[in-house]
Amino acid sequence: MTQTKGTLYKGREGMWSWVGHRITGVGIFFFLLVHVLDTSLVRVSPEAYDAVIGAYKNPIMIMGEIGLVGAIVFHAFNGLRIILVDFWSKGTRYHKQMLWAVMGLWVIVMIGFTARHVMLFLDGWGGF
Amino acid sequence: MTTTDSVALPTQGIEAPRSKRIDPKYLRRSSSSSSSFEMAGWVFMRVSGAALVVLIFVHLFVNLMVGEGIHGVDFGFVAGKWANPVWQFWDLTMLWLAMLHGGNGMRTIINDYAEKDSTRVWLKSILTLSVAVIIVLGTLVIFTFEPCMVDNTGQLLDSAPAFCQNV
Ligand code: HEM
Ligand code: HEM
Repeated sequence: MTQTKGTLYKGREGMWSWVGHRITGVGIFFFLLVHVLDTSLVRVSPEAYDAVIGAYKNPIMIMGEIGLVGAIVFHAFNGLRIILVDFWSKGTRYHKQMLWAVMGLWVIVMIGFTARHVMLFLDGWGGF
Repeated sequence: MTTTDSVALPTQGIEAPRSKRIDPKYLRRSSSSSSSFEMAGWVFMRVSGAALVVLIFVHLFVNLMVGEGIHGVDFGFVAGKWANPVWQFWDLTMLWLAMLHGGNGMRTIINDYAEKDSTRVWLKSILTLSVAVIIVLGTLVIFTFEPCMVDNTGQLLDSAPAFCQNV
């Protein structure tokens, strides 16, 4: 066993993943508050809902959606890593390798998501 | 022998940490019921997190990655999904788990950063209220959803989805 500086969570890589997990968690929470409010417009009228959802269909919001999905995907994969560190008997031994796996999977998923999302958007976009 | 006992060794007079005689100001919580609540919260964060991965990834995939993607999302799309009880139940579970998981996470963060008791109480009250309002609102929206809305004369709204003409 090699002795590392700092504890499992604080210091070095563990610290940054912890900060990232916290920031993405807060961001998603506030998004969800707004998201349930905008979805509730389906109870007002079809026009009201379509008008607000229409605002999601422009290039700036598309970038926002990519950012949101990036935050969710990081929080989800890193969350699964935390769960494995806590419950899997070898979790603590491989926590650093698992962090690399989280980053690698994040890059792969985000390349795929961004490509598909931008392509679909450009297909149906009527311009400004 | 009483004489040796009375010789003060450097460590005498200091309580061992396990004696539980710790100044309360160094303790975050005193009652055991609140620590079992924390334990339940810890387990809940992990169980709900694992479920949310599936719930949210499928939500994002179905709404953004298939068909026309984001352009397909409108009132008619929501009506089509909520006509199916599976999606109603899906969204209901996602709503409750995500709000309780996120709310509990926000509570941890408030405990970490808000140092004054009064600030903490305020922030946690606002948090509890917002979580409750959003869960109740979201639940009502799913179950009272009406795809074919009519105006007060009973006439179908112009903007109602096309399939309403056939019912
Ligand atoms: C840009 C990305 C997103 C889009 C376009 C989107 C779209 C939608 C749509 C169209 C609905 C209506 C019902 C349905 O389709 O099932 C909905 C409902 C819902 N979404 Fe999303 N969503 C997004 C991201 C998210 C995320 C990240 C979460 C979780 C953190 C989430 C949680 C929910 C919940 C809980 C409901 C039910 C709301 C209610 O009960 O009124 N959504 N979303
Ligand atoms: C996608 C699936 C998700 C997984 C696997 C996941 C996993 C986790 C885990 C394991 C923790 C750590 C809990 C602890 O240390 O006791 C956590 C914290 C947290 N999560 Fe999630 N989560 C997910 C989705 C969400 C969503 C949708 C939200 C917001 C609505 C959210 C907000 C938070 C917050 C605010 C924290 C607290 C962060 C902190 O204490 O630093 N998470 N999550």
